[in-house]
Amino acid sequence: MRVARKPFNPKRFFRLVLLYLLAAGGAVVMIFPFLWMVSNAFKEHVFVIEYPPQLIPTHPSIGNFMRAWTSNNFQLYFTNSAVVALTSTFFTVLFSAMMAYAFARFKFPGREILFFAILLVLMVPDMITIIPKFVLIKTLGLRNSLWGLILVYIAGSTSLNTFLLRGFFEQLPHELEEAMLMDGAGYFTIFLRMILPLSAPALATVTIFSFLGHWDEFTWALTIIDDPLKRTLPIAIYSFQGQHGTEWGLVFAAMIIALIPVLIIFIALQRYFVSGITAGAVKG
Amino acid sequence: MALNLKTRKTLVPYLFLLPGILFFLTFQVYPLVKGFQMSFYKWSLMPGKASQFIGLANYVRAFNDPVVGRAFINTLIYTLVTVPGQMILAMVAALLLHSLPRGRAFFRTLYYLPVITSWVIVSLLIRYLFQSPNGLVNYFLVEVFHVVSKPIMWYEQASTAFIPILVLGIWKGIGWSMVIYLAALQGIPRELMEVASIDGANGWQRFWKIILPLLGPTVVFTLVMLLIGGFNVFISVYLITGGGPRQQTEVLLSYTYRQAFDFLDFGYGAALSMLMAVFLITASYLQMRFLRKPVEVY
Repeated sequence: MRVARKPFNPKRFFRLVLLYLLAAGGAVVMIFPFLWMVSNAFKEHVFVIEYPPQLIPTHPSIGNFMRAWTSNNFQLYFTNSAVVALTSTFFTVLFSAMMAYAFARFKFPGREILFFAILLVLMVPDMITIIPKFVLIKTLGLRNSLWGLILVYIAGSTSLNTFLLRGFFEQLPHELEEAMLMDGAGYFTIFLRMILPLSAPALATVTIFSFLGHWDEFTWALTIIDDPLKRTLPIAIYSFQGQHGTEWGLVFAAMIIALIPVLIIFIALQRYFVSGITAGAVKG
Repeated sequence: MALNLKTRKTLVPYLFLLPGILFFLTFQVYPLVKGFQMSFYKWSLMPGKASQFIGLANYVRAFNDPVVGRAFINTLIYTLVTVPGQMILAMVAALLLHSLPRGRAFFRTLYYLPVITSWVIVSLLIRYLFQSPNGLVNYFLVEVFHVVSKPIMWYEQASTAFIPILVLGIWKGIGWSMVIYLAALQGIPRELMEVASIDGANGWQRFWKIILPLLGPTVVFTLVMLLIGGFNVFISVYLITGGGPRQQTEVLLSYTYRQAFDFLDFGYGAALSMLMAVFLITASYLQMRFLRKPVEVY
């Protein structure tokens, strides 16, 4: 807390200028690749690579964005990604909240062992089981189906979110629950009317991180989707780059379109990010 | 309802668990068991053709495969370079931003940008920047800073092909640790620092004697998470070098993936996955046992 304005102190002033210069220098390094991505996306018809490179385009144009958006089923891929990410996020949050409610507010036989089993499997990275998962999805006939993505995404993020939400649910007051039981409310009513509304911030954090994770998921989609009509955005961008290898401007425009929803969520909901990261929710 | 209240109270938690547990068993537990089984077979993908049980042959092969050794060393190098790299730079950035009276949130957003960008996008971006001979990195090294006299052909030799992957690993992760350190720094009481200053401690002493010990559990938390993340490196390798040249930049997951989905050797891929799982679970257990003190990270 700053009480009163301090008198001008040259030493302190120069120290501050230096600190801001350092912070700005670091920021330039951190966003440097993005600057080039944006710059090149606005350069139309620049094939291969300019040498020497120019950060500011001489004739900026949105032609690349138009072409990316209208070519190669790009809008379909955008829709696929949205459908997959929204559906799997909805069920992830619902199932995690239900599991977390059971673990946090009930005592039942097998509770400890079940929770331990979930934590144990959580330590095994998704990639370790990608081969048997592929065999399973193939057997179920879900290759080249968005359901093959959705089901595995739900399973993959439910455990971690159960773990995070359980911690939050445990802290909710018991008195309210007891009062509702007295009034004849069932456990499902309590879950819907009390637990979920009181946990809005935690649910928001979990929702945001699940959504971003599902929106960006690459490896599993690469593995089970061969049908060009079933591609999600990360796969589309990857194959887009393969097809238009030298047209980086076009590829970058496609990337920026895919990044826009992420940026909007990030900037609009920043406070949830900080709480989510510090709670150990996600490793980027 | 026919059931009395007590029976209901015992049944209810299982009903809440049901959907989640079904998913957990089908798509998490079953694949683990299945993968373990597959690792003992010469697995056949053809529906009609039976898979052949070959005992430990896949495991024996793994231990004699020179590329597995290379991939293990590369994974280790990646972890040993990017984990300290991220932590040190993140700590410097956090201390720097913490000392700014204004604009902290603004800089935090910029530093965090690489973290929220997907691996696919940043990997392709880095590949673009390191292109040879006319990529941007070469331009800066040759024409602007005059560090080297002619452009480096990054992807042609193993020694330089891994550098873009390492750079990406550090750059993308700094913001994540930094946000955690910043939150922890805000928890240090201001009076403590003021008293230390009055007692004549300089910035360096304040960092080693006060800040670092207080941030200890946080630092250990990031260390554990980053080590696990380091061993999971895959997308950047797959997209930047594809394991090349001549499989010299392959990491454990990229080689496993290639065995299964390029060479269709599912049994061998499963055996490699199982070996990694054993290694990772042992490592996580040891970390928890020896490093992680029971501290809340909220």
